[in-house]
Amino acid sequence: MKLTRRDFLMTALRGTIATALPIGAFKFLKPSEARAAIEGTNVRWGFLVNTYKCIGCGFCVKACKLENEVPYNVQVTRTWVERYVILKDGRFLADTPMGGRDGFTDSKVQEEEVKNEEIAKGFFVPKLCNQCENPPCVQVCPVGATYQTADGVVLVDRSWCIGCGYCIMACPYGARFFHPVYKTAEKCTFCYHRITKGMKTACVDACPTGARQIGNLKDPNYPVTKVILNQRVAVLKDEYGTKPQAYYIGLDKNVR
Amino acid sequence: MKNHVLRPLFVVIAVIALILVARYFYVPSDFGIYERGFMYGYHRKSNEGEWKAFKVKYRTREYCKDCHSDKYKSIMASKHRIIQCENCHGPAIDHPENPPKLTIDKSRALCKRCHTYLPYPTSKRATIKGIDPKKHNPDMECSSCHNPHKPDMEGW
Repeated sequence: MKLTRRDFLMTALRGTIATALPIGAFKFLKPSEARAAIEGTNVRWGFLVNTYKCIGCGFCVKACKLENEVPYNVQVTRTWVERYVILKDGRFLADTPMGGRDGFTDSKVQEEEVKNEEIAKGFFVPKLCNQCENPPCVQVCPVGATYQTADGVVLVDRSWCIGCGYCIMACPYGARFFHPVYKTAEKCTFCYHRITKGMKTACVDACPTGARQIGNLKDPNYPVTKVILNQRVAVLKDEYGTKPQAYYIGLDKNVR
Repeated sequence: MKNHVLRPLFVVIAVIALILVARYFYVPSDFGIYERGFMYGYHRKSNEGEWKAFKVKYRTREYCKDCHSDKYKSIMASKHRIIQCENCHGPAIDHPENPPKLTIDKSRALCKRCHTYLPYPTSKRATIKGIDPKKHNPDMECSSCHNPHKPDMEGW
């Protein structure tokens, strides 16, 4: 068989294209499918906490535990509120009794009576999963039981989790814990069952002062997004490179 | 080929084949790499739907206001309008079917969440009217003097 240079080059080119093209390139999308694919990427859930507004009532923690069926009288919680009291002599005290579930009803911090005139700063910091853009908890999962959805929420597949606890160790924020009933890793889901129905999270709804807010960070008209874009906000442990998506107004260097 | 060197190799290949066959039947068909790539998006897709189908329990005041419009109006006219009904009355879930009756939390502990005075500079907490619960009528229920739906008025 005689092979001309032209035939050889054409065959080689066709072969290269055939191997390089994925099967997906030949799939025709319906307009609705194409729109769904684009719109799915137009949502990125983020959180905004205003520590000036938080009054430490703990309604958010209570609502979260009841909404998400987290055992109520066990020392585990998906969201919690920390109290920071910084004294004029430079010392700082911090506590979170039962994650702040029953509010802060005692002027004693860490069993220590603090005189009013000694306090330089005092404030509450609500915390929850930061739904990081680079979640280290997801990277370490050996079985693919925890993952991030297209809209940025990190979830745990309870039927697939083997309960090894790597993710609990990997989270720099201590946002994960071991569920005492399901024996799997457990974390804040941003109330995925609520936000995907157009509701807000249980903690945001329960907050009387608006210290907690949730919004779509890809929509610049969202109140949360406007604040994050235009005001001075900070995130927790920025230096870890996890790109946390819970933003805080009024953070202090003592807050870890 | 009867070779004592190759024989263990066949055993290893057989074991690997067995594992692959078992994996084929055990791993759900929708398990794979999704939007966030292999590092963050390797999961069982149907689990997202399972989380979306979770039961909503806190229905917010929008759920209460039509049937309990009198209570809704009274609370919305007061300073306590910022507090959701369910913070004191408990999650509505499917009320009135389930539960038929909500339990009202009238305890001191509930009011103390906000009204224990804590003089914290830089926190809104310091601006709330508060008491020292150890000194302010420690043995009485708050609601025996204060109406939570009309907190500005003394007595019922």
